[in-house]
Amino acid sequence: MTTKLVGAPVARSEDPRLLRGEGRYVDDLGQDAYEVAVVRSPHAHARIERIDLDAALEVDGLISIYIFEDLPQRLQEPLPLLIPHPAISHGRTQYVLANGEVNHVGEAIALVVAEDRYAAEDAVERILVEYEPLPAVVGPELARDAEHAVHDDIPSNVAAHLEQTIGDAPSAIADAPHRLSFRLDIERSASTPMETRGTYARWDADDQRLRLYSSTQAPTSVRAAVAAYLELDLAQVECIAPDIGGGFGVKIMHPWPEEILVPWVAKVLGHDVKFTEDRREHFVSANHERSQVQWIEVGFDDDGRILGLDVEFVHDHGAYIPYGLIVPIITSTQLIGPYKLENYRVTFDSVYTNTTPVTPYRGAGRPQGCFAMERTIDRVAAHLGKDRTEVRAVNFLQPEELPYDFGLMFQDGRAYRYDSGDFPGSLAALKELVDWDGFAQRRAAAQAEGRLLGIGMAAYVEGTGVGPYEGGHVLVEPNGTVQVSTGLSTQGQGHQTSFAQIAADELGVDVADVKVVTGDTRRFPYAVGTFASRAAVMSGNAIHLAARKVREKALRIASEALEVDAQDLELAEGQVRVKGSPDTAIDLNVVATMSNPLRYAFDEAARIATQFAQPGDPDAPPVADDDAPGLEATDYYSPTQSTFANGMHAVEVEVDPDTSDITVQRYAVVHDCGTLLNPTIVKGQVLGGVAQGVGGALYERMAYDEHGQLQNASFMDFLMPYATEVPSVDIDHLETPSPLNPLGIKGAGEAGVIPGSAAIAAAIEDATGITIDAMPITPSQLHDRRLAAASSTS
Amino acid sequence: MKPSAFAYHAPHSLEAALDTLAELGEDGKVLAGGQSLVPLLNMRLAAPAALVDLARIDGLDTVEVTDREVRVDARVTHERLRTHVAATDAIPLLREALDWVAHPVIRNRGTALGSIVHADPAGELPAVLALLGGHVELASAPGRRTATADDYLVGPLESDTRPGELATAVVFPRPEPGTGSAFDELARRHGDYALAGVGVTVTLDDDRKVRRADAAFIGVGATPIQVPLTDALAGQASDALEPDDAIDLARSTIDPEDDIHATARYRRHLAGVLLGRALQTAAARAAAGGTA
Ligand SMILES: Cc1cc2nc3c(=O)[nH]c(=O)nc-3n(C[C@H](O)[C@H](O)[C@H](O)COP(=O)(O)OP(=O)(O)OC[C@H]3O[C@@H](n4cnc5c(N)ncnc54)[C@H](O)[C@@H]3O)c2cc1C
Repeated sequence: MTTKLVGAPVARSEDPRLLRGEGRYVDDLGQDAYEVAVVRSPHAHARIERIDLDAALEVDGLISIYIFEDLPQRLQEPLPLLIPHPAISHGRTQYVLANGEVNHVGEAIALVVAEDRYAAEDAVERILVEYEPLPAVVGPELARDAEHAVHDDIPSNVAAHLEQTIGDAPSAIADAPHRLSFRLDIERSASTPMETRGTYARWDADDQRLRLYSSTQAPTSVRAAVAAYLELDLAQVECIAPDIGGGFGVKIMHPWPEEILVPWVAKVLGHDVKFTEDRREHFVSANHERSQVQWIEVGFDDDGRILGLDVEFVHDHGAYIPYGLIVPIITSTQLIGPYKLENYRVTFDSVYTNTTPVTPYRGAGRPQGCFAMERTIDRVAAHLGKDRTEVRAVNFLQPEELPYDFGLMFQDGRAYRYDSGDFPGSLAALKELVDWDGFAQRRAAAQAEGRLLGIGMAAYVEGTGVGPYEGGHVLVEPNGTVQVSTGLSTQGQGHQTSFAQIAADELGVDVADVKVVTGDTRRFPYAVGTFASRAAVMSGNAIHLAARKVREKALRIASEALEVDAQDLELAEGQVRVKGSPDTAIDLNVVATMSNPLRYAFDEAARIATQFAQPGDPDAPPVADDDAPGLEATDYYSPTQSTFANGMHAVEVEVDPDTSDITVQRYAVVHDCGTLLNPTIVKGQVLGGVAQGVGGALYERMAYDEHGQLQNASFMDFLMPYATEVPSVDIDHLETPSPLNPLGIKGAGEAGVIPGSAAIAAAIEDATGITIDAMPITPSQLHDRRLAAASSTS
Repeated sequence: MKPSAFAYHAPHSLEAALDTLAELGEDGKVLAGGQSLVPLLNMRLAAPAALVDLARIDGLDTVEVTDREVRVDARVTHERLRTHVAATDAIPLLREALDWVAHPVIRNRGTALGSIVHADPAGELPAVLALLGGHVELASAPGRRTATADDYLVGPLESDTRPGELATAVVFPRPEPGTGSAFDELARRHGDYALAGVGVTVTLDDDRKVRRADAAFIGVGATPIQVPLTDALAGQASDALEPDDAIDLARSTIDPEDDIHATARYRRHLAGVLLGRALQTAAARAAAGGTA
């Protein structure tokens, strides 16, 4: 084979199209569709007394309005609890339209269909809803205090309680020479992709078929859900995820109320219908994540070795629990990071609050877990007066101890077992990259100028590539084009490029000849979805396996045609050729033509496949019993467990001694996601993650008041960092291949975001001497903390 | 986020614009760069029956620099003023303040005068206008008038612009010789409205001692808060400024509020820190020759 494409920094083939503005997002489709707008609750908690539509019915361009009572029986059932974990004792999900009660600001109450969105919003404005406001439960602690209930029949507000243990943490802590206990808080944030939610449905009355375009990370499951709610055969429904302007987790949630309502209305009205969520709706109606209160108790020895760790936390999952316990389970396991914990207990309550529901946002519980563990290590180091990297080093699992099974259950119900990694190696690389040992000098120099510098670091291990499976289909067309498809969808991760690299390597073709289609159930109906840094591991390996089958078939056909042993053949430069004598070759597209026995010579090239061109063995059928026409194959990759990527970030911050303004001066990342498919793409993923990590640490916060009103539901007040707030980042890639899959890869999608809050908190703490136990933090809050510290010491 | 229906007028002359505004009365609203108004319309926080767009008016687009003042017409964008060499040489504070206003895409459309009419208490230009003692020129079908900054900037997002009126120009007086100026602020993100900010002018006498000093704060009150600092600083040497009294005076004059981005207490503290820094800078600039 010629040069390998896997591992090469191949330029992203999707970029020219996207940069030219030729992307096709949901709102670019269906220009003649009716548009919907939704009446949403202005209250965090209320009973609906009366809905008056009269004034709205006068609006020009109005088509129809629906409230709960107008829905068919199937649509009056609550939306599904997607991941029904056995620990969920009190699961509640929302209705597509509120059934008499609303439980968070933004909950859908009525659906308006109009000729365009302007008219739809005019009608929304004229619909009068009378409410009986109920007390709002806001914040995880008030929820657990349970003075008021979010759902009448769940007085404790607790949906689930879960405990997992390794060894005996309470006794280990009791017996330890040193003990510390403290509380750590992380606030709410959200994915906030550039493209909001959107769904566009076309009902074809002649064909009795529904085509649905949705901005989703899970098109196959959206299709299944819509078929179920609309009581259609799967064969009648197709779902396509076109270009998607970012997901970051929020679009793995499905089916959204609008995802069910829009196709239903399209079918009822016999007209195309489209929903394009606006930004204000997105803030309150698309899910959030991150809010947790965590209590830590740790016992350790004189070297800082953690002998026992006991963690209790409350997870605020908002008004409903559609995505089950994924986020808190990930926190509770991934908290462990790269450390060898032999005595660990973690318990959590997942509680209802009258706020927007919580489902995964890039990182999905890991940033909270990383914050808990890394802040713990820093406390241990501070208590013992040791360098923070030394305390990490004594706790690391060593490379030779991997694979290592902790005896816990991971988010997929499978073993929490690290496959590979080199944590001491990563730390050494990080210290060098950020010049950790030279920091004391930099700090002293800054101090002489009256400037405050601090450094911090944080490490994480990220379970990636969870099952159950993904598939790939690879087809060589008679024109030489290689068509690749996989069922999961793409939100900007460069799948068209990296999957093409994988197929091109196997088939010896130019990467430009490979066309990749993702997220289209017409092309590949079986899939799980894009989340948990799984696309490269799952679909990547499936495509690799499918391409390998195609390769074998090509070799077999060519070997018969050339009368050469298949072992002496290779695929390269678009040909199957004899190793060492490349002149004896047959073009791959000719092999594709030959693979499909024909009756009709519809063009010149097709002649070679017709019955008279190739009489063959008169006693054998033209297509053998164990064969199929076409140079194509499908295969699936289904692992027994997740792969575990890891990395470490180090941050240097400067704190203005007078204003407490915080600036990130230096950001270094060491990242190990196994074999790199494409270093440019991985770098992009890491940089984007770091930007979101900085956002989560210093800027972004869903600011609810005590009434459950979101006070910053716009990009004016929800402070997503601009390019001017994101530091430049030094990245060093390590490659410890995963032994679990043929390509040796681990996921890279979420890594960049995980340690941001932990590392930045550590750096601020180092700069100011103030213990940082809650993130995000603003200059105003840091100022208050410094004032309080100054007055308590004086 | 779609506005309610409105009528759209795009007159070609000031006279036509004034006639249209007169006809519309309370129903009409001027559309300049749209950078503040259009978001308000889209969020339906404002629903005027009609907009009168300045974009096609012939004229209203000059920057005039005289010995005494810089006069900026209604259609001049932030960016044009920021890069106008004669205007910013005459009043360097204009350029320094405009550097803090929003981002290039917004400065390319938003107008300097529009931001004064809009009267955001965290806007930079209203503070500059107040600090320099400037005024706004307004026209309506019946006639013309001028309004000083103090009279014009009435409250948060409230300027004394009456129905049927169009602000035609804003006039910034040039500071007297021997004056140095500075503008400093802290925003959560580059280009955001500031948590607090301050513009200052310091005028020195022939011995390089402070003769006069003034400050105007943003983000810490309903309008730009002016604090005369001459009493606190007069007679101090420009290279050994002791701004503590000035800072105390300012902190007790301003009236910040809590919001989700910062506490009132922090804003008060911050405003003082920024004032101290700005005064040092302005005094040094004045000593180096001024003007502003
Ligand atoms: C993301 C963002 C960040 C921003 N950051 C800052 C910042 O840091 N500092 C800052 O100062 N500003 C900031 N702005 C606001 C920007 O400066 C203002 O939008 C702009 O200055 C207002 O001018 P405009 O021409 O866009 O006015 P418009 O939006 O067109 O109008 C604003 C208001 O003034 C009225 N109006 C405008 N011109 C006239 C006139 N000639 N006569 C009568 N009435 C008139 C309109 O009727 C309307 O009520 C920001 C805006 C955005 C979107």
